[in-house]
Amino acid sequence: MYGNYDTGTAGGSDGPQDQDAQQRFDQLITADQRIEPRDWMPDAYRKTLIRQIAQHAHSEIIGMQPEGNWITRAPSLRRKAILIAKVQDEAGHGLYLYCAAETLGIDREELLDLLHAGKQKYSSIFNYPTLNWADVGAIGWLVDGAAIMNQVPLCRCSYGPYARAMVRICKEESFHQRQGFEILHTLSHGTPDQKAMAQDAVNRYWWPSLMMFGPPDEESSHSAQSTAWGIKRFSNDELRQRFVDMTVAQAEVLGLTVPDEDLRWNAERGHYDFGAIDWDEFARVIRGDGPCNAERLHRRRQAHDDGAWVREAAQAFAEKHATQQEARAS
Amino acid sequence: MNDDSKRGWPLWEVFVRARRGLAHQHVGSLHAPDGTMALRNARDVYTRRGEGVSIWVVPSAAIVANNPDEKDSFFDPAADKVYRHPTFYDVPEGAKHL
Repeated sequence: MYGNYDTGTAGGSDGPQDQDAQQRFDQLITADQRIEPRDWMPDAYRKTLIRQIAQHAHSEIIGMQPEGNWITRAPSLRRKAILIAKVQDEAGHGLYLYCAAETLGIDREELLDLLHAGKQKYSSIFNYPTLNWADVGAIGWLVDGAAIMNQVPLCRCSYGPYARAMVRICKEESFHQRQGFEILHTLSHGTPDQKAMAQDAVNRYWWPSLMMFGPPDEESSHSAQSTAWGIKRFSNDELRQRFVDMTVAQAEVLGLTVPDEDLRWNAERGHYDFGAIDWDEFARVIRGDGPCNAERLHRRRQAHDDGAWVREAAQAFAEKHATQQEARAS
Repeated sequence: MNDDSKRGWPLWEVFVRARRGLAHQHVGSLHAPDGTMALRNARDVYTRRGEGVSIWVVPSAAIVANNPDEKDSFFDPAADKVYRHPTFYDVPEGAKHL
């Protein structure tokens, strides 16, 4: 489950006939109540949610690829079984989220088409490669860790189906983060080569993980509307700071360092100060020029096409079965 | 690629009984071509961690629901019958087990 959502689209007027409905919607939001699928909601709220939930769902299923890359080469049967379970969870998370998006009146097939056509995004973190086994650990610890930081507040999101999906997802996600931490802990307490491997993975995944929280607050123009709608509960920079404070302490337990020369404890603020993030790199990867953008999308389309016969067979079986039952009944 | 096979798969609502003695509770939904597949997929998606001992899948189209816009008038009849609640009644001091 992953973060860095594009929460575009600002609110707009929906015409005078909707004023009562708008008032009721506003009252529910003010009272911190949930909006449910058949309630009236402003078009912009609906569009923002569809975009955010879809991007979130796409991230889940694209996220299966970098980790799936290591299933056949996991170092032991135990690690392999765990990794398979984790990747299966990601597929499940994708399903919960596509279902939540569908309650807003869009079809999952339509969303997949948009993903395959490159018209909807997924988290930029998955455009980085998994070069060795330690990367699976770094993804679990840092990427899932950042995702949890983003997602726990979404359990209180104003849209009911999204919030409920997030509750399930967050429950399952904590195993993901721990298994990653365990992989890195084992490596960093192994041979010097293994420790170096773990450090290398952390070095490569640290900065992209910090980018998962999205652009700095002063450049995140749509945050204010999402916050007003109760979709977003904390700002990008707030969550990023929390993540840094939490993970730096965990890195000490791992016996690893984070690749930031400017990292200092600031006693006055009660937080770590950290170095500047390369937002040009972030923009490049989002634009499509990351190391693996083309590969991820190609593989996704391929998996979808390769699975066509399974969907056709299931449909044919269901039709045959229905016909037989009808014949028996008549 | 022709993907019409997937379009139009009905939506199913999934209800899970967490353990004996509890009612089935709505946990989510999924698409499947028929009830058997819906049930199997529900098992894989919603009970991977032993969350249930029994699953119902129901075609979403079979659910009849009230209109949320009529919420107030629909539930109005319950609003003025406070005597349905035990707190409506005065219990004299000393009366026990009431």
